[in-house]
Amino acid sequence: MERRAYYRNRLLPWLLIAPQLILIFVFFYWPASQALYWAFTLEQAWGGGNVWVGFDNFRQVFGDARYWNTVMRSGLYALAATGISMTLALVLALFVDRSLRGTKIFQDVYIWPYAIAAPAAGVAFRFIFSPEAGLVGTLNGMWPGIWNPATNGAHALLMVIVCHAWLGIGYNFIFFLAALQMIPRSMFEAGAMDGAGPARRMIDLQLPLIAPTTFFLLIMNIISSFTDSFGLIDVMTEGGPVGSTEVMVYKIYFDGFRGLDYSGAAAQSIVLMLLVMALTFVQFKWIERRIHYA
Amino acid sequence: MIERSPLFNAISYAMMVIGFLIVVTPFWVVLVAASQSLSEIARVPMSLWPSAHLWENIEAAWNRADLGPKLLNSLIVALGVTFGKITIAALSAFSIVFFNYRARMVCFWMIFVTLMLPLEVRIVPTYSIAANALSPFQTLLDTLGLTGLISALTGVEVSLNWNLLNSYTGLILPLVATATGTFLYRQFFMTVPDELVEASKMDGSGPMRFFFDVLIPLSRTNMLALATIMFVSSWNQYLWPLLVTTDRENYGTVVMQLKALIPAQNGTPDWNVTMAGALIIMLPPLVIVALAQRWFVRGLISRDK
Repeated sequence: MERRAYYRNRLLPWLLIAPQLILIFVFFYWPASQALYWAFTLEQAWGGGNVWVGFDNFRQVFGDARYWNTVMRSGLYALAATGISMTLALVLALFVDRSLRGTKIFQDVYIWPYAIAAPAAGVAFRFIFSPEAGLVGTLNGMWPGIWNPATNGAHALLMVIVCHAWLGIGYNFIFFLAALQMIPRSMFEAGAMDGAGPARRMIDLQLPLIAPTTFFLLIMNIISSFTDSFGLIDVMTEGGPVGSTEVMVYKIYFDGFRGLDYSGAAAQSIVLMLLVMALTFVQFKWIERRIHYA
Repeated sequence: MIERSPLFNAISYAMMVIGFLIVVTPFWVVLVAASQSLSEIARVPMSLWPSAHLWENIEAAWNRADLGPKLLNSLIVALGVTFGKITIAALSAFSIVFFNYRARMVCFWMIFVTLMLPLEVRIVPTYSIAANALSPFQTLLDTLGLTGLISALTGVEVSLNWNLLNSYTGLILPLVATATGTFLYRQFFMTVPDELVEASKMDGSGPMRFFFDVLIPLSRTNMLALATIMFVSSWNQYLWPLLVTTDRENYGTVVMQLKALIPAQNGTPDWNVTMAGALIIMLPPLVIVALAQRWFVRGLISRDK
């Protein structure tokens, strides 16, 4: 929709937008350019500023087998957490959308995880999955040593993924339900008249119609698996045991702020930023062509 | 309901109850564990029924993690981000939607791009700015040769310095500097009919009058939605506060304290105290989300699509 009525003023619009522009310049564009500078330079050990090293930092990052392990792990983490969380949220939204009596209570509760800080959920799940405590740890009482995320990398990764998936349920549920509720009732009635039962309508009618939302959520979840994972991992495993839960953001933090290798961390940041931008770009392209109904 | 199908309704209820259990169990475990004594919580398997020690555990957690001042810090940061973001977002969206100047689309896209990269992804570069938030301007002056010029003319050596480490501004500003709110407002302002603008022009009101007397009252629902989203996300920040506050004593937030509450590797496994602390820390945003659900759900959806 193109607006026709505008205010005319030479200075005022700039004054209004200035705070936002200054903030994004200082905290977004400038830092991003600094990251580029660091990624292509190296700080000299004896001081005296940075020297230009071209793609050396990137070559070093990509030549490191540990980095590739981290990338693969981040991919696995993203896919597993996204898959579990979205499937659960979708199933719940599909049943809530039938608006049976009493559904409102369920609907309200399903949103709760959205409010919880990742590290807070991390602490709770760490206790739930603790091998010594009396919840999942009870298994160890029956079969000693069957569960121990403190020493077993696969267990630790599973624990973090389950927690991440749980955290995402609220957000995914909100979007799935909203999308389902936008489908016009007449479509259901038409489907029902053609003899499609509720289950058939879910699969053949609702799922295809909410495809744009599903795709949008897929990208948002993958991006959140890069961002929210830090708090979870820092509280639950600190990347251990022996690096088995180290994902990309955690490695950047570790190399940059613990190892003080700014150039390496900056190069990794650039790679991650490009990855996230590519994902967002795909998302916008898709949304432009999204299916219109109603 | 279109048709009666008792079997499918039963399946629906069953699935919703399973979902309810999945979502609620962690909350329940936190609450139950927070109410048990050390010996009760050490039992394997532990009881899933609340006990009577909630207050002592909360007191222990409160003292161990120094929660009083930290809650205050979290509140200051969350409110600061919320107010800052709402103000800045409303003003810049107003500028983009209701004024016709050539660069507005450029400004729009410059703001839009910042949506793509969350703070966690660009944490290393953003941190570089924290020690001196004015360094971009200093560098600009230096490279343009203005520093030399000014010192030659006035004898004053220009050195801009604004350290953000260990300050509320440092905790708040980088979180304000993103585009989420601007988009919510822009989306809403676009739906304001032209006639409204023309009518108020005819009544002789200037742009700011229009902004305060027409737009702000109209956008109250949006403001509530944005406030909820911003409050929750800034209360829950972890990585940025961790980096920008080296002086945790005075500037730490509650979410940073979670790690301090976890029992040490070989210490007493007093998870009851840990869970009592976690309960306090997760409660404020949970209450807000539960209360403001109606508005924030709408805001969240119009923000991201």
